[in-house]
Amino acid sequence: MLPLRQPFDVAHDDAQTNAAQTSGAPMTLGRAIVITSGKGGVGKTTTTANLGVALAKRGAKVALVDADVGLRNLDILMGLESRVRHHVLDVLEEKVELDEALVRDKHFPNLFLLAAAQSREKDEVDTESMRDLIEELREQFDYVLIDCPAGIEMGFKNAVVGAQEAIVVCTPEVSAVRDVDRVVGLLGNAFTPKLIINRVRPHLVHKGKMLSVEDVNSILRLPLLGVIADEPDVIVSTNKGEPLALRTDTATAKAYHTIAARIAGEDVPAPMVEYKETFIDKLGSLLGGRR
Amino acid sequence: MTFNDVFNNLSRLFGREKSGETAKERLRLVLMSDHLSLAPDMVEAMKRDLVEVVSRYVEVDRDKIDVRFEHQDSVFAMLANVPIISVNRTPSPPVGPPRRRRRKKRSMQPAQQNGQMPPSGPGTSGASAAPSFS
Repeated sequence: MLPLRQPFDVAHDDAQTNAAQTSGAPMTLGRAIVITSGKGGVGKTTTTANLGVALAKRGAKVALVDADVGLRNLDILMGLESRVRHHVLDVLEEKVELDEALVRDKHFPNLFLLAAAQSREKDEVDTESMRDLIEELREQFDYVLIDCPAGIEMGFKNAVVGAQEAIVVCTPEVSAVRDVDRVVGLLGNAFTPKLIINRVRPHLVHKGKMLSVEDVNSILRLPLLGVIADEPDVIVSTNKGEPLALRTDTATAKAYHTIAARIAGEDVPAPMVEYKETFIDKLGSLLGGRR
Repeated sequence: MTFNDVFNNLSRLFGREKSGETAKERLRLVLMSDHLSLAPDMVEAMKRDLVEVVSRYVEVDRDKIDVRFEHQDSVFAMLANVPIISVNRTPSPPVGPPRRRRRKKRSMQPAQQNGQMPPSGPGTSGASAAPSFS
């Protein structure tokens, strides 16, 4: 049903994979990357959706796997909730073929979603079958992004089992940093997790009311993929089911595209957020002497 | 009320509270505690070494030793309760004799004729006599 192995017309991200596909040379497996954090609500799913879109926009074939069984959300952020017919457990239990369960994105023909089961529980997923499923996806896709559930129990183990790389999402909060620290410990030496610091408010950091990027990473000491600011457009995009990375004109969208470029191996600097003094700040500092 | 509290209260009054610093400090402490609790082997080894060192000097009740880690205000501390049975043993320090603090060298002023001795006492006269060995 899905002509996944056929070359598509968009520019391809990874020349090697492309060559392997067209010349019939030994197949290169795609990269399975788990997006995790430990703590809930730090933006794992938003990050997965946006990086998926950004990588697809670069021409790579991308599969997004929602591993949050029981609390399916990635379909909502992708705006694909009405198209989901089957889920990951249907595939694991061999009720449907993998190709039937993959939902094609509205915007990119090279972007697919494998939704989580909503009416099931995380313990019902068999870890070994999950590993096989991710490997099967790696045969078809350049990138397999796995949206990990919060917590460090079975759901975490199942999300991590097939991945070779990990991206940890952290917000500048004590609890989030602590949980990332724990998750990094659990990931162990098999991974060199890369860090995305999400929801940074440069204004608060400037005032000393929020942990700075340096504060966070002086503790975590992880390779930094990039920093995403806490902007209202993130909420708007969630409301609409249109990931921010569909656009290229906002600062947040640009940040996701730069992170995707870094994941793809481009040597570009990590996107940061910078404090810009607003008119109100200037007025305040003139009148009250406050910094 | 410590100086820090006063400073924080004043800062709050003037709207300059730097809670980011508080967050950083809390994080530092909680991670130390987490890392220790996740490394029980290391803690056991540390207890063992601690007992060994203390036992060189006094006899301790090994069964009743209690080592804990606690948050205390702004520090994370190791609290060791080591019941001592006796101190009647001759201390047997494993390393050489305790190091003496080296006396500061003073420049000798033998040319002075007014009879003033350097203020370091009798030890110095021995030192000044040293060159007369021959």
